[in-house]
Amino acid sequence: MGFQLFPTSASANAGEVDAIFWALTGLSLFILTLVFLPLLFFAIKYRRGSRADRTPSKIPTWKFEVTWTIIPFFVGMGIFAWAADVYFHIESPPANALQVDVVGKQWMWKLQHAEGNREINELHVPVGRAVKLTMTSQDVIHDFFVPAFRMKQDVVPGRYTSEWFMPTRVGRYRIFCAQFCGTSHAAMTGWVDVMKPADYQKWLVTTGQGESMEAAGKRLFTQVGCSGCHEAGSKIHAPHLEGLYGHPVPLDGGQVVTADDKYIRDSILLPGSQITAGYQNLMPSFAGRLTEEEVMELIAYIKSLADQQPPDYAP
Amino acid sequence: MNPVLDTPASTAPQEGEPPENYLTEHTVISWLLTTDHKRIGILYLLSILVYFAIAAVAAAMMRIELLWPDGRLVLPETYNKLFTIHGVLMVWFFLIPSIPAVLGNFVIPLMIGARDVAFPKLNLLSWYLFMFGGVLVVYSVIVGGVDTGWTFYTPYSTTYANPNVVTMVAGVFVAGFGSILTGLNFIITIHKMRAPGLTWFRLPLFIWSMYSTSLILVLATPVLAITLLAITVERIWGIGIFDPNLGGDPVLFQHMFWFYSHPAVYIMILPGMGVVSELITCFSRKKIFGYNFIAFSSIAIAVVGFMVWGHHMFVSSQSIYAGMVFSILSFIVAVPSAIKVFNWTATLYKGSVSFETPMLYALGFIGLFTIGGLTGLFLAALAVDVHLHDTYFVVAHFHYIMVGGMVMGFMGGLHYWWPKITGRMYPEMAGRVAALVTFVGFNLTFFPLFLLGYLGQPRRYHSYPPEFQVFHVLSTAGASILGVGYLMPLIYLLWSLRHGKKAPANPWGATGLEWQTPSPPPRDNFETIPEVNGEPYDYPPLEQRTVEPI
Repeated sequence: MGFQLFPTSASANAGEVDAIFWALTGLSLFILTLVFLPLLFFAIKYRRGSRADRTPSKIPTWKFEVTWTIIPFFVGMGIFAWAADVYFHIESPPANALQVDVVGKQWMWKLQHAEGNREINELHVPVGRAVKLTMTSQDVIHDFFVPAFRMKQDVVPGRYTSEWFMPTRVGRYRIFCAQFCGTSHAAMTGWVDVMKPADYQKWLVTTGQGESMEAAGKRLFTQVGCSGCHEAGSKIHAPHLEGLYGHPVPLDGGQVVTADDKYIRDSILLPGSQITAGYQNLMPSFAGRLTEEEVMELIAYIKSLADQQPPDYAP
Repeated sequence: MNPVLDTPASTAPQEGEPPENYLTEHTVISWLLTTDHKRIGILYLLSILVYFAIAAVAAAMMRIELLWPDGRLVLPETYNKLFTIHGVLMVWFFLIPSIPAVLGNFVIPLMIGARDVAFPKLNLLSWYLFMFGGVLVVYSVIVGGVDTGWTFYTPYSTTYANPNVVTMVAGVFVAGFGSILTGLNFIITIHKMRAPGLTWFRLPLFIWSMYSTSLILVLATPVLAITLLAITVERIWGIGIFDPNLGGDPVLFQHMFWFYSHPAVYIMILPGMGVVSELITCFSRKKIFGYNFIAFSSIAIAVVGFMVWGHHMFVSSQSIYAGMVFSILSFIVAVPSAIKVFNWTATLYKGSVSFETPMLYALGFIGLFTIGGLTGLFLAALAVDVHLHDTYFVVAHFHYIMVGGMVMGFMGGLHYWWPKITGRMYPEMAGRVAALVTFVGFNLTFFPLFLLGYLGQPRRYHSYPPEFQVFHVLSTAGASILGVGYLMPLIYLLWSLRHGKKAPANPWGATGLEWQTPSPPPRDNFETIPEVNGEPYDYPPLEQRTVEPI
């Protein structure tokens, strides 16, 4: 019969989460003692028929009430602040993280590395490098959970969510789907394979498909017809994509949004929802014509244009 | 209130000719058309027992299935249907009506010196709505079952799950109206029908907790109704509310669902707290410590409880800043619960404590609820919740609150008022043993799940990695002990109906108006409406009288 008492800890954040967990455990044991000892003591000392002194206490009761209102309140605020601080940190991926795209579907995980390597229910990553997952679902809500990294995030259809981790130990760690997603929910599991950097490079080369995400996106850009309007020199009045990613976009109506993954995804699938200021709503929706993976490849391509200058003429 | 130790002997049942009481009439129709709050309470008791039995069988099958990591007993879809049945029936058809609709219905009018609730016919209608809803749910199970879990998360429930979802959701929807009407009835009863002299701060604390519960029932349940209706509309007419493919937002569902369901968690604990306040003070023979603080902490829980729903959604893609607001509010809502626990403990100080069955359940409640509450802090702490969310840690936490808390409270209250309800005493020794067995079985069932959750075992898994097996086996062993703990009262309480000792009007020597009328009470509760001219829980000072065991 298998047995394990505590979870393995294999990411930089795991230690921070565990520190709060054990502090809370210690605090809980302390409070339990504070409640149970008097409870037992009073129950025995003041049992019916005992000869204990029952002269009413002279201390005003409000002093007790104030004590046990104020102290729990401030202890609670302290834990809140600590846990919120760590949460903020574990929800903010570092800029230099390796990028992996994840698509969840009933009942499997499809993962794709920037270099183009595709995997199912397995994720190979190098040790000591931050990894950021950009995730979406093809059907219902899933959740990408790696207990050894103390990390989970719902994977929601119709939007991108992300999570990141910095593996600190070489090894194989379980992936679970943590959000109930239907019949084979319990089978929607997999493994993260944390490798030495050299082994990871070797793995990338031996399993490489040749075409990186960016290259696939560039191919699709022409293939499905984006280039007809969005490429430099096009006669159609459409926003240029060079220098777009990560920059502010003024919208029709005065709003300004940042061109992130979600913005570009929405612009491809729901082009009418956010119109760039100065343009007309001419673009057809690509919903149903592109898979989630293809949208992610297009985003990788548009991202690669982020540092280029837009063509030098008035729009 | 008069100290009941001085209750004149004339209220005790006379030997020979049994006095007329609310149970005297025996026909089935007199039960099905009754407007007597006491009889309606009993109708609820019988019906929730049936739902409890079905849900408990589902739980037993799951626990047996989980003995093996590879899921060899039932198919995955069967397992998913089992936890859905278990959740839906336990939450809406057992826990929510347990204390309010059974004990609340029976004792609220008695405790406030009224002849019935404000709207007796509406009260009966509530029960029929509840039953009709329950029948719809059971029907949806018979025709194939639903596998969404009790939370009905979209877009799974609206687009991917089988169409029985609509029937089951309709059942919960209809039963919800029963809840709303019960809440409304209680609020008006407590406002308008208190006996002369029974001011708000002379009310038993059970009434305060039922009042807070009723506020939640009336304000939150309509939101559940809207949410369920929205599922049905999307399901049947394809109107996009939640499914992103139809232009909807799946996370919107979670906001709406938890806006109801988090307050509903308090519907499933506040009444238990109310019962425990009664039991602790009665079996300590001492005025409760910090009456005002316990009373207002109930109201505080009801109010703040409406503002913490987002703590179910820290990893749902909700904004991290929203997460911080919900986290801080969740720590704040823990304070009034802590206040109650400390006040109960302080009540024992310099009391005269005896350990009859109801008191054992009350002490068990304090222990288990404290563990449940403290583990709630882990889940309110953002970074820790990221790891623990949707694992067995959550399962263990809410079972400590709902089973360790509410069911212990319900059992304690049922034993406490059993003599009043039936006119018979239950066998004390059997009661004590059952309370102990329940406590041990409960801890063995659910404590291992905290460890499993920290290890990372996700909820709603039909099979699991082999390294988790030991804890699952422990839990199943505990569940079989817990089962014995629940079967024992079923047997000896039924036995006591015929063979139990006849109960006097006030077997516990408790204060409170319900103990000043015979057991069982007459149809109209009181011969003359009592008048109240003193504080609640006004037990005589202990150093001035000899304390004798009952």
